[in-house]
Amino acid sequence: MTHPLLSLQGLTKAYPGVVANDQVSFDIGAGEVHALLGENGAGKSTLVKMIYGLVKPDSGTMLLRGEPYTPSEPRQARADGIAMVFQHFSLFDALNVAENIALGMENPPAMRDLASRIREVSETYGLPLDPYRTVGDLSAGERQRVEIIRCLLQDPKLLIMDEPTSVLTPQEVDILFQTLQKLRSEGTSILYISHKLEEIRTLCDHATILRLGKNVGECVPAETSARDMAEMMVGTALQTPERSGRAFGDVALDITGLSVPAPSAFGTALKNVHLTVRKGEILGIGGVAGNGQDELLGVLSGETLTTDDAVKLEGAPVGHLGPVARRRLGILAAPEERLGHAAAPDMSLTENAMLTAATREGLASRGFLKWGLAQEFAEKVIERFDVRTPGPQNAARSLSGGNLQKFVIGREVLQSPEVLVVNQPTWGVDAAAAAAIRQSLLDLAAGGTAVICISQDLDELMEIADSFAALNEGRLSAPRPTTGLSVDEIGLMMGGAHGMEVAHV
Amino acid sequence: MDLSAINPVLLVASLMVAATPILIAAIGELVVEKSGVLNLGVEGMMITGAIAGFATAVETGSPLLGFFAAAFAGAALSVLFGFLTQIAQANQVASGLALTLFGLGLSALMGQSYVGVKPPQMSDIHIPVLSDLPVVGPILFGHDIILYFGIALTAAVWALLKFSRAGLVLRAVGENHDAAHALGYKVIRIRLMAILFGGACAGIGGAYISLIRVPQWTEGMTAGVGWIALALVVFASWKPWRALLGAYLFGGVTVVQLNLQAAGVAIPVEYLAMSPYVITIIVLVILSADKSSAPAALGRNFHASR
Repeated sequence: MTHPLLSLQGLTKAYPGVVANDQVSFDIGAGEVHALLGENGAGKSTLVKMIYGLVKPDSGTMLLRGEPYTPSEPRQARADGIAMVFQHFSLFDALNVAENIALGMENPPAMRDLASRIREVSETYGLPLDPYRTVGDLSAGERQRVEIIRCLLQDPKLLIMDEPTSVLTPQEVDILFQTLQKLRSEGTSILYISHKLEEIRTLCDHATILRLGKNVGECVPAETSARDMAEMMVGTALQTPERSGRAFGDVALDITGLSVPAPSAFGTALKNVHLTVRKGEILGIGGVAGNGQDELLGVLSGETLTTDDAVKLEGAPVGHLGPVARRRLGILAAPEERLGHAAAPDMSLTENAMLTAATREGLASRGFLKWGLAQEFAEKVIERFDVRTPGPQNAARSLSGGNLQKFVIGREVLQSPEVLVVNQPTWGVDAAAAAAIRQSLLDLAAGGTAVICISQDLDELMEIADSFAALNEGRLSAPRPTTGLSVDEIGLMMGGAHGMEVAHV
Repeated sequence: MDLSAINPVLLVASLMVAATPILIAAIGELVVEKSGVLNLGVEGMMITGAIAGFATAVETGSPLLGFFAAAFAGAALSVLFGFLTQIAQANQVASGLALTLFGLGLSALMGQSYVGVKPPQMSDIHIPVLSDLPVVGPILFGHDIILYFGIALTAAVWALLKFSRAGLVLRAVGENHDAAHALGYKVIRIRLMAILFGGACAGIGGAYISLIRVPQWTEGMTAGVGWIALALVVFASWKPWRALLGAYLFGGVTVVQLNLQAAGVAIPVEYLAMSPYVITIIVLVILSADKSSAPAALGRNFHASR
C-alpha cells in the first residue's frame, strides 16, 4: 500500500483565548500541488508552522510516508525533506545571497562551492541569481528566489510556500509557476498557501479550505469556480462592491512634472510624475512594492514638500504646504503602514482620531483639545465602519489588522475629504472587511471626492478604479481607463518581469 | 617647555598600554552588539573586573589569576544583564545603565580594604635578541602578555565574524532575530553567550587598568573608559580592526597630551585633557561616513511568540 507523502490527522493547536487549529486533517500526495486556502486568521500559518516544527500541536498526529512525524524544530523538518518559503521573507538584509542561503542549510559547503551550486541550481530552475549580491539591494522577486533556492538546495520532498505571489508582478508569477511545475514534474510535493483564487485554480491539484481553524471543505480547484471557493472561505455569500455610473467633475488634483530625489538609501526617487484626478474619479495606482508608492503618498499627503506648482489642488499650488495645511484644504491621506504611520500603536482610538481629524472636525481650539468631540468622532467611525473593538479608549495596537484598517480608512472618509489618498487600503484585511472598505471608497467617489488608491492588489484596482496607472522605478505610466484593460497590458505597465527573464526551464 | 624630554619609543610603547583596556572592552561589546544586544553596562563590568582582578592578584600573588578572576567577575555581572533583558525581557538601555551604577557601587564596596595596596607586578615578556633590538624591541616585543592577548582577540573576533559559521549565525541573529528564529537558531541562547563574552572582556579590560596600567586601586578608577569603549564600537562601524585603530588613536593622544603637559606646553591643560576624546571622535566619524552598518536588530528584545 502506498502512503501519501504527508498525512495530517486531527491536528489541534490552541492559544490563550483562541483555537488556531481545530481537528484539521488532510493528506498531501507525492508530486501533488496542494492548496491551503483561508481568510486571515483561519489558521493557515499555525498549521504550516506545525508541519515545519516551529510550533508543537496540542493533539493530533502527522505521518510522513506512513511513519509518525513529530518535528521538534525546523532543523529536523529540513532533515526530513520539508522546506518552507516564508510569507514575510526570512532574509537578512545586510548579508549576501550565499550567506543567507548558508544560514538555512544544515551542513553548508565552503562559500566558494556553495556559490557555484547556487549558480547551478538557479540556472536549472530558471531563477538566475548572483550569490555575492547583498540581499538588501534585491527586488522582492529576487529575494523570493533566494528563499526558493535555499529550499531547493536541500532537495526537498515537500515545499511549503506561504503567500508567494503577493509581492510579484504577473510576469514574475508566471516564472514562479513554471518553476513550481518543473518541481512537481520531478516529484516534489508543494503545499501552496494563498487567498488568490485564480492562481490556485491554475496551479493546484487539490485544495483544502480552512475557516476559523477548522477544515471546512476540500475541492479540486480546476473544477470549482473562484466564487464558490471564496464563499467556502468566508462562510457566507460574498458581497461585491457596487459601482454606480457617475460623471466626473473638474480636475481636483493635478501633479505635473514632479521629480523628487530618494529620501533614503533604500528609497525610490520619483521621476517626472504626471497625474490628474477629477472629482468623483477613482485613480488606481498599481505596481510592485518599493517602486515609489510610499514616496508618492508622501508627496500627496505633504510629508515630502515640493515646489509650489508641482502639486495643485483645483488649480491652486499646494506643493509647499505641509500635511496639516493640506488637511485643512481637504487633501487627506491614509498611509499603508497601519501601526506607526497611519496610527500611533500605543495611543487610544480617540487619541488617534484626534491626531488626524483635529483640523477638519474642529477637535481643537486655541491649543486646547476637545476630548468629548474627539471621542464622539471616534465612536462614529467605529459604528459606521463596523470596527470590532470594546470602545474608543482601546489602544490602536490591540485591534486586529483588518479592524484597525477599517478605523484608519473610516477616520479619513468621515472627514469628507476633497481628495483622499489611500495606500494599500485592504492589505491583510479579510474579504468581508475588504469589500466594506472598497464600498466606502466607491461611495465617497460617488459623492464627488477624488480618490487615489495605491495598491498592489490588481483585482482590487480593477474592481473599484476608473482609471489605472502603474509605478515602476519611480516613474508613473500614463493612466488608462480600467474597462477593457488586460492583465498582460497591466503587467507591461508595471515594468514586465524587471529584466528577470526565464533561463532554460 | 622641553619637547626633547619626550622619548618617542617610550611614547609608542606606552600608548599601546593605554589603549589595551579600551580595546579589549570594545571588542567584547562589539560581539555583544553584533548579536543585536546593546549592553550599556560596560563601565560597570570593567570596574567590577578591575577590583575583582586586583583583589585576587593581591591575595594569590598571581596577576594572571587576577585576570581570570576579572573575566569571571565581568561575566558574572553580565549574567545579571542577560537574565534581565533576555529572559525577563527588560529594557536593554535601562538595564545597562543600572548595571553600570551597580558595578560602580559594588566595586567601591569590594575595594575598601585594597586602597593603597600595591599589586604584584605582571612581568613583561622577554624574547632574547628580539626584545633587545633598539626601537623595535621595546615597541613590539617588550610588553605584558595581556596586551598581545588584546591584539590576538581582535584578529580572532574579526576572523570568526567574517569566516566562520558561528560568526555568520551571530551576525544573522543581530540582523533579524525573527528570521533567525524561523530558521531554527536559538536566538536567546546565542545572545546570552555573546553577553557573557562581552562581560568577560570588559572584566579583563578593567583589570588591565588596575593591575598594569596604573597599577593600584582607587574608587571609580576606570573613569569613563567603558563609555569610550561603547562609543568606539559605534564609530568603528562594528568592525574589529577599526576598533583597534580607534583604541590606539585614543590611547596615543592620551599619552601624547600627558607628555605635553609634563613638558609644559603653553596650551591650557583643559584643552589637552579633552583632546583624546575630540580627536578620536572626529577621526572615527570621518571613517564611519562610508556606510553605517549597525546590526538591524540592535537593542530590540526578542520574544519567540511575536
